[in-house]
Amino acid sequence: MRVLLIDDEKELVSTLAERLSFRGIEADWVCSGKEALKKIEEKIYDVAVVDIKMPKIGGIQLKRMIADKYPDMKFIFMTGHGSEEDFRVGSEEAGEQFYLVKPVAIEELVKKMKQALDG
Amino acid sequence: MNNTWKVINEAGLHFFGKMNASISHEIKNVLAIINENAGLLEDLSGMADQDVPVDPARLKSIAGKIQQQVHRADVIVKNMNILAHSIDEQVKKVDPGELLVFMATLSKRLASMKGISFEPVMSENSPEIVTNPFLLETMLWRCLEFVMKAAGAEKTIEVSVQPNGQGIDINFTGLKVFGEKQSPSFPGEAEHALAGALGAKIAFNAEAEKIILSLPLKMQAAEPSG
Repeated sequence: MRVLLIDDEKELVSTLAERLSFRGIEADWVCSGKEALKKIEEKIYDVAVVDIKMPKIGGIQLKRMIADKYPDMKFIFMTGHGSEEDFRVGSEEAGEQFYLVKPVAIEELVKKMKQALDG
Repeated sequence: MNNTWKVINEAGLHFFGKMNASISHEIKNVLAIINENAGLLEDLSGMADQDVPVDPARLKSIAGKIQQQVHRADVIVKNMNILAHSIDEQVKKVDPGELLVFMATLSKRLASMKGISFEPVMSENSPEIVTNPFLLETMLWRCLEFVMKAAGAEKTIEVSVQPNGQGIDINFTGLKVFGEKQSPSFPGEAEHALAGALGAKIAFNAEAEKIILSLPLKMQAAEPSG
């Protein structure tokens, strides 16, 4: 499974990537929607784990920008916000079960990634 | 309660809610980072249990990252506390420069979401003013919220304080140029109501691409009309 982690909190995605590697999951990370667009052009990913609230290009906007070009890529949204509006939009875009509120337990995230790929 | 105070109270609640949502979001991010680093320590200790060598320098580095996040959270919570206590006194002596820096700090995350940065520029001879701190914070937020939408191509808004003879001027500079038909409805009802309560004047100068908020040295504790 090839995973791209996208969050403007560098310490979060870099640590998460290392922990996923211990579980046999290859994960790259970037800190903005712009960097993600570049990375996706370079490499094929199965799953993108994306923060909803990021400067300039947020997670939902990013998905809308690339979903047509990469229809097989699955999305899992993370947020620290948890507002009802975020939940509604995030759930509509990725499915309720793929909308996670930070902090996220890593085993739960791995489970969601597998579910996303199986679904 | 007259209509003007109703508008002011709604603006105050909106500001307070917005700041709390932003602060809680930031705290959530800090908790998420601490959570991952604690998890990483757990992973490494699990490896050590299976005789995989773990470099002590690595552990020290992780502990350092956790401490950094604790410090970050401490600053966030201190600002939250300052905001919460700004409603304690109706009238108080305030350093407008310090308050402007505080508001720029509080709004930083929301501004960065829009790719905008605030640059506070302080004047050394800017006097302290006697005012209602929470109403002034609410007014400054209304201005910052507007300039976030109206920032020019540079995406940098300079916020400065300078004496004007009778009090001070707070300038928000770096707005985009509006065409005649695009002129936004700013200041609106809430800004006018807040200005009335603070004894302030607010002007949106589209030609100079700036907003000027003029405040008296001492706020008159009078009921705004309406």
